[in-house]
Amino acid sequence: MSARNRELFALIPASLLLTAGFAAVFIQRENLLNDLSLTYGAIFLALCLAAHLVLRMTLPDADPYIFPLVAVLACFGLVMLYRLDEEFAREQAQWFVVGLIFFTATIVVLRRDHRVLERYRYIIAFGGILLLLLPRLGSPVNGAYLSFSMGPISFQPAELAKIAIVIFLASYLRDTRQVLVIGARRVAGITFPPLKHLGPLLAVWGTAMALLFVIQDLGSSLMFFGGFLALVYVATNRISFVLIGLGLFALGARVLYAIRPTIESRVDAWLHPFDPEIYEREIGGSYQMAQSIFSQADGGFFGQGFGQAIIQLGDNPPILPAAHTDFIYAVITDELGLMGAVAVLLVYLLIVERGFKTAMLATDSFSKLLATGLTAVLALQVFVIVGGVTKLIPLTGVTLPFISYGGSSIVANFILLALLMLVSDRARRESAA
Amino acid sequence: MNAPILRLFGLVLVLFAALAGMTSYNSVIKADDYRDNALNKRPLIEQAQVKRGVIRARDGSLLANSIKDEDALYERRYPPGAQRFSHVLGYDYGLTIGRAGLERSRNDALAGEKDEITSIVSDLSGKRRVGDNVITNLDPRAQQVALDALGDRRGSVVAIEPATGKVRVMASSPGYDPGDLRRSGVYTRLSRQDNSPLFNRATQAGYVPGSTMKVVTAAAALDSGDFTPESQVSGKSPIIVSGVPLKNFSDTQFGLITLTTALTNSVNTVWAQVAEKLGRERVAEYMERFGFGSDPPLDYPDAQMNPSGVFDTKRQRLISADAGSVDIGRVAIGQERLRVTPLQMATVVATVANGGVRMKPQFTSRIVDQDGRTAERIEPEEAQRVISAQTAGQLTQMMANVVREGTGTAAALQGIEVAGKTGTAELNIARSINQPWFVGFAPRSQPKVAIAVTLENIVGGQGGVVAAPIAKQVMQELLR
Repeated sequence: MSARNRELFALIPASLLLTAGFAAVFIQRENLLNDLSLTYGAIFLALCLAAHLVLRMTLPDADPYIFPLVAVLACFGLVMLYRLDEEFAREQAQWFVVGLIFFTATIVVLRRDHRVLERYRYIIAFGGILLLLLPRLGSPVNGAYLSFSMGPISFQPAELAKIAIVIFLASYLRDTRQVLVIGARRVAGITFPPLKHLGPLLAVWGTAMALLFVIQDLGSSLMFFGGFLALVYVATNRISFVLIGLGLFALGARVLYAIRPTIESRVDAWLHPFDPEIYEREIGGSYQMAQSIFSQADGGFFGQGFGQAIIQLGDNPPILPAAHTDFIYAVITDELGLMGAVAVLLVYLLIVERGFKTAMLATDSFSKLLATGLTAVLALQVFVIVGGVTKLIPLTGVTLPFISYGGSSIVANFILLALLMLVSDRARRESAA
Repeated sequence: MNAPILRLFGLVLVLFAALAGMTSYNSVIKADDYRDNALNKRPLIEQAQVKRGVIRARDGSLLANSIKDEDALYERRYPPGAQRFSHVLGYDYGLTIGRAGLERSRNDALAGEKDEITSIVSDLSGKRRVGDNVITNLDPRAQQVALDALGDRRGSVVAIEPATGKVRVMASSPGYDPGDLRRSGVYTRLSRQDNSPLFNRATQAGYVPGSTMKVVTAAAALDSGDFTPESQVSGKSPIIVSGVPLKNFSDTQFGLITLTTALTNSVNTVWAQVAEKLGRERVAEYMERFGFGSDPPLDYPDAQMNPSGVFDTKRQRLISADAGSVDIGRVAIGQERLRVTPLQMATVVATVANGGVRMKPQFTSRIVDQDGRTAERIEPEEAQRVISAQTAGQLTQMMANVVREGTGTAAALQGIEVAGKTGTAELNIARSINQPWFVGFAPRSQPKVAIAVTLENIVGGQGGVVAAPIAKQVMQELLR
């Protein structure tokens, strides 16, 4: 069976899952089975088919599993959002259309050879950093500069910037990876990269640190820096470079922790979410963190079922804030239980596996590094937000890719997906030949 | 470059395993702890989403019900007549001040919290969870009589059906309006008020029992076999007890008198000698059998009940009456460091009235589901045989004498023989501030009601004058 036919068949269960999900929400809400759920399922399937046709025409050999897996995530997200607020789901569906347009556009523009991106690496890097600085023009939300508003549209440039930075690093490291390894010297048992080529890397580190100080968000900095380290590691196969990088990041984070009260309160809320004093704090308290945990505790093994999570009473302030964005994983755990939450993690893990597989199949270094970097930032983003929601690490606000409500996140992740498919198509064709 | 990519994937696997681990920890492993966390209002909100059962008095009148508020949560309401049972009912404002009283002790039934299997079955059958109704043994009219008789004085009345332990009356004055507690700030204001209206004096107060304690001493004396109602003991006053002179009331002198006479006239010196002769261990043992030293087995929250006994002020806790430091002669007449609840004293007389068998006191008569079926009937339950039937009979006769011709004549009822004992604990002799008591039961032959009445800080008040008439009115209403 050809790759595209496999993809087509895999999309059918994803659409059925969405149909079943909506049906469950309807039953829960009105105690009746509404044929509207079939309509939603049909629309979703139509959207998937449209994207599938684009792939069929442009990238016939691309990985057949990635897109259906993303469709499963999107369906989880849509059902959850619909259950929270119909308006969210409707807007999210519109963003999916926009995301698919960007997906198609990216593929159409780069379909000949995505490696043209290398030519523009400095422009892309510069653009990415500029994007990250945009929110400084506005005012911070929860102490971090993450979103930028233009009229009615507010978007989070970090989502797009992560792709730009990965493209730049993949390209830069393709050039310098050999010299980084060959010129390395051992000092006191640790292998240091050659100073000459360390410069640009230090510049990247400096930029990541500067960003950390500028946007003051540990989560997105961790995502960027983690992506950077993953790429350095894969490019050089030197664990010592990673350790040096981690040490430098820890140093920067420590300094920021000392001077920024917002970071300190995040850490407080992470370490002692159930301390009444911290819980009651008006700003930077642990209320959200504690509610996230309580919400998960309600879930148990199999969850309470759609619509059963306690999120808001009447018009009062929500009991679980940001249920549609930062804490959607807590709602999933509450309503679908440990089983549902782990299923979502597994879907991400499968996408990550396909992403790394693509990187391993790719024949040129840039494509390898690009696929690795894109996959790594996606995995890290999931880790940062789910880790934050589950109290594994301090909570920082990034979206859960393809599930959380949010236009910039959807659009950026569809572009990421398009790049991954482009790399995959070429890699699979060349490895088959 | 493929080897490091593979290792990178390995790292991602580890990170995701950690995520799955944390999720399991939160949602399954530690879930119960998190649900019990004081900051977690979710279980309370879930309960507020369930229509809570009503509470009814014995005559069927409504004491508490639930209505839906604008947030689709149920809110507790207490009809005007429920105010007289404020302490017994408690309140259910789970999301603000919590729960107390029957609302707390019968919460599982009222909230419809069934066992796991039942709830899974009803979940599957799509039935909405509803709470069961609680039908109590409480008698609203007798309760009103008790409250009216107490008036604006502080005090308490407890009335129990001896054969079954059914609690008919439990009044504690002053009370409060449970409906008021819904408004924010009221609870804090009431809990700071000097006259402690939230405090259930019937189950929580530590009062000096005075001469009512002689019922316990007499029970021990007769049941031990060392004494009979006709045993003669000298009633001269004062005598030295534990190195300190002890006087009779008004320093009255008695010669050699029987125990019957000594109870009728409440002769301190006789009962002190009796207890010293019985010894600490035996008095302590009988006290324990009557229920002293442990929380009463009442369907009421432990937090709102205190045990009775000898209270060590230094260590701030009860000590056994056989401890070396205890002056047993003064325990026998209700002095020393005795602290008792009105419920304990009502239990003592109810036990005598029931032929020596102590029954568990019970507020609840049965639990009825929303379809009117009885889900649970609360059967009378024996707590312990305290004294023999013969002892109980002899003691009844002695107590009947108290009301017929002794200190308790004010409790006598027309045509119904009453057995009882008065008490007047002198709290401040210089300012003659007393704690008057009456404990007793009626009718003598087939007791239907056992009662304890006490009032706080009555200047010059004596049990036979102040407390006995209140007992008379309440018994009269209950025997109607």
